[in-house]
Amino acid sequence: MTTSNKSSEFTAAEGRSHVKKIIGIWLVVAIIADYFVWFVYGPHMPPGAMTDQARGQQFDIKVISVMAIPVLLFIWTFGFYSIAKFRGGKDRPDGYYVKGNVKTQTAWYVITATLVLFLAGFGTFELIVPAGAGGGEGPSPIWTPSTPVKLVVQVIAQQWRFTYRWPQFGGMETTSINLPINTEIQFDVTSIDVIHDFWAYQLGVKADANPDVNNVAFAKTLQYGRFTVRCDELCGIWHGAMYNYGKVVSQTQFYNWATQMQRQNASVTKLLPKFALTYTPSYTGAGGGYYPSGDPNGTAA
Amino acid sequence: MAIKTTSFASGGDGGRAVAGEKKGFRLNAFTGLIAGGLGYLFGHWMGNAIAGGYQQVIGSGQNDIAILLGFIFGTIGWFLGLGILNYPLKKMAGIEPPLEGYEFEPGVMKYFRFTLDNKVVGIQYLFGMLFYFFTAGLLALGIRTELLSPTNHIWGPATYLEIVGEHGTMMMMMMTSVVMGPFGNYLVPLMIGSKRVAFPRLEAAAFWFTPAAYIILLSALWQGGFQSGWTGYAPLSIQQGVGQDAYLFSFALLGFSMITSSINMTATIINYRAPGMRWSRLPMIAWGMITVAFTMLLSVPILIDGLYVMGLDRSVQTAMLYAGHGGSSFLWENLFWFFGHPEVYLLALPGFGLTMEILPVFARKPLFGYRTAVTGMVGVAVLSFFVWQHHLFQSGMNPDMRPLFMLTTELISIPTGFIYLVGLGTLWRARMRFDVPMLFMLAVFFNFLFGGITGVYVSDVPVNVTVHGSYFVMAHFHYTIMGQLIFAVMGAIYYYAPLYFGVKLNEKWGKIHFWTMFIAFNSTFLPLFALGLLGMPRRVFEYAARLQHLNQWVTVSSYVLGLSLAFFVVTFVWQLAVTRPKSPLNPWQSRGLEWQVGYPIPPGNFDKIPVILSGPYEYGDPNALPVADLTPAEPSAVGVSSGGEI
Ligand SMILES: [Cu+2]
Repeated sequence: MTTSNKSSEFTAAEGRSHVKKIIGIWLVVAIIADYFVWFVYGPHMPPGAMTDQARGQQFDIKVISVMAIPVLLFIWTFGFYSIAKFRGGKDRPDGYYVKGNVKTQTAWYVITATLVLFLAGFGTFELIVPAGAGGGEGPSPIWTPSTPVKLVVQVIAQQWRFTYRWPQFGGMETTSINLPINTEIQFDVTSIDVIHDFWAYQLGVKADANPDVNNVAFAKTLQYGRFTVRCDELCGIWHGAMYNYGKVVSQTQFYNWATQMQRQNASVTKLLPKFALTYTPSYTGAGGGYYPSGDPNGTAA
Repeated sequence: MAIKTTSFASGGDGGRAVAGEKKGFRLNAFTGLIAGGLGYLFGHWMGNAIAGGYQQVIGSGQNDIAILLGFIFGTIGWFLGLGILNYPLKKMAGIEPPLEGYEFEPGVMKYFRFTLDNKVVGIQYLFGMLFYFFTAGLLALGIRTELLSPTNHIWGPATYLEIVGEHGTMMMMMMTSVVMGPFGNYLVPLMIGSKRVAFPRLEAAAFWFTPAAYIILLSALWQGGFQSGWTGYAPLSIQQGVGQDAYLFSFALLGFSMITSSINMTATIINYRAPGMRWSRLPMIAWGMITVAFTMLLSVPILIDGLYVMGLDRSVQTAMLYAGHGGSSFLWENLFWFFGHPEVYLLALPGFGLTMEILPVFARKPLFGYRTAVTGMVGVAVLSFFVWQHHLFQSGMNPDMRPLFMLTTELISIPTGFIYLVGLGTLWRARMRFDVPMLFMLAVFFNFLFGGITGVYVSDVPVNVTVHGSYFVMAHFHYTIMGQLIFAVMGAIYYYAPLYFGVKLNEKWGKIHFWTMFIAFNSTFLPLFALGLLGMPRRVFEYAARLQHLNQWVTVSSYVLGLSLAFFVVTFVWQLAVTRPKSPLNPWQSRGLEWQVGYPIPPGNFDKIPVILSGPYEYGDPNALPVADLTPAEPSAVGVSSGGEI
């Protein structure tokens, strides 16, 4: 663009030779790195493959990594090469007088824009395909599973524990959670006090528990095993202690467990408020309550 | 130090030399503290008188009204005691106040006063910001100490969360001004060839908000703290004790500081450029400041609004931020992040401004792609207003909008990438000098790269399901803020010490500081990405035992990082206060206009308004004109307004 003041010192041929070396080093390093990321480390990447959603997230992390790591390595290669080669000194006072280069700049704009737009499109596609990808989708999800939901689990968060409610088992409540294998599951997450977050790490499920909001997330179980549930939004003093474990078990084991719990808890279940999507005192069926509007002084009570 | 007084062109008046008229006792920070304390007591008394009988107050034993009124009157007292309100009050009363000039007085007392000299304000900010930064840094070491063991505790869970909240809030509110305060205020008038800033009273007042905010925020620790973190999500923040009032009030005060500071900065850069200082010659720090100032002006009022609502919910029992009474916990999340996301970029942009300013000096090359750099900064600033819901991908709010926010968030990588193009282009066939400031600037690019690349993971909604709220996110934003902004600030301190103090900081000590800080920083924060991916949530005082080794590694590294910063403090203070190694004028051979005025810089910056002849980064062109004519024959030219036409 702008010509050099001392063109003899900074020749075009020398520039091309630098470019070739940088690109050569970068290509070798990037290919090796991507190979390791995809084939060696890839299958072990979080959050694992216990559900369809977790598997989708793992795939996404792999895809983003094989795209991002070459970018990182290009900047490293260029940077370290420059630091090694383009040093100043007493006899080397000033650098190459160049204030821009149309070709280079255009190439950079086009490549970064392409990468970014691809990633946004890819992310959107992946969000829709495994049904919301495990994230909380609010009360009326638009990305629903292609196979029908077999099991609904309500997650009720409160300071500082999770309670699980099972509408298909008489609205019983449990403090532990088991899930059947190969089942499309719907989590209805809500809170009865502050904001919490239901994070079932291995299931690839994370949904904020907001008071007065039913936040729905889906997961399809694919593998047996134990999973961790942690609260992931700061919810006060015992936030760090708000966790429990769950298990993905066989369908028979699950239905045996659930029906047994239903029987065992029957006497408690009938004392619980009626099953509802949210539980705040302004609505019927909640844990708390107000005097009915026709009876503002509560004299009837 | 021969200059006794200088004339000071005040808005509306031609600028008479009047300084030095008043002698004897003058208001200062100590009278401010006394008046502030009295104001607090008065407000607290008033709050108890008004609300002491309210059922809510009697039932809970907690009078938020008294606390908030105490803070309000305490702040008013602080401002009165400092004399900040003298001028506007007299004006309002119809008394024409004498024009206050400023004396070029020796000694340190001027740093404890309300002053109209942009360079004194810059120094006040520099030491204030370092003080706030180190306070919050010590709190971070408190957090890391607790996390040495998954189950044995140094602090109780309540104290732990109080420390987490204080650290986060202190850093996030104070560090918004860590560049605009010490560098913007000091350097911008020098860089654009102005004798003064547009609104010196606003600029100085902006600084004096910060000690008040600092004291009030820390006072929460004596009142049970606040356990909501810096994000203050409702209804948790409504549920908290009076410590939360300190959070909301101090954050709002700092919001006012940001607004006043930004008004001054935009007005100065737009109106006070010397003749010939075209937009295409504006130094990168000034670009950083003007983009940041606009971002602050548009986003900070939303924060103050949100905090005001929180204050009402807490004190007079409105119900705007929680469910069931017509409010919604989503309201706070939206208001907060509508400020909070631009804030993340208004922390990053000044760092890039400093970096792109300093890089060409040590590369001995022009800045590559000046327009690309400016477009990058403006692009980041504009896009930062359209991404806030990416903090709320899993919240259940607006799930259908997630692809849009994913797109806008990823789009921001494009202008950020511009800045990398500029950086790499500037290094291309350079003649790099590896002085301490340059090392920090190279580290800025190295560190921010991790922050930027991991930002792509965080912004991808499916991946966000795993990483949201985890240590991955925490590491991500520490790379962008500490790895970028704080490294840039440290480099800038080494770079500008000769200009500010006439002192050239020791190269060897500087290199020891740099390498220990660089290695310890990466050793502290890189493992946190792994911890997050392995399932460790933020803000927990207990974690899975399998994560202990990584956590211990991080904690030990953080101690080394702390020692490195302590080493900086000791060597910095030692060299400023004791040895004062004299610096030659312009030791880096910078072309920047700020370096051409000599040391010490006179209070009015320039004898005559300079005429700008060429851009600041014309290194490597032997035919380049000097950056400015400092003694122009015609003092004022048409076209571009000149600052302070004295
Ligand atoms: Cu919780």
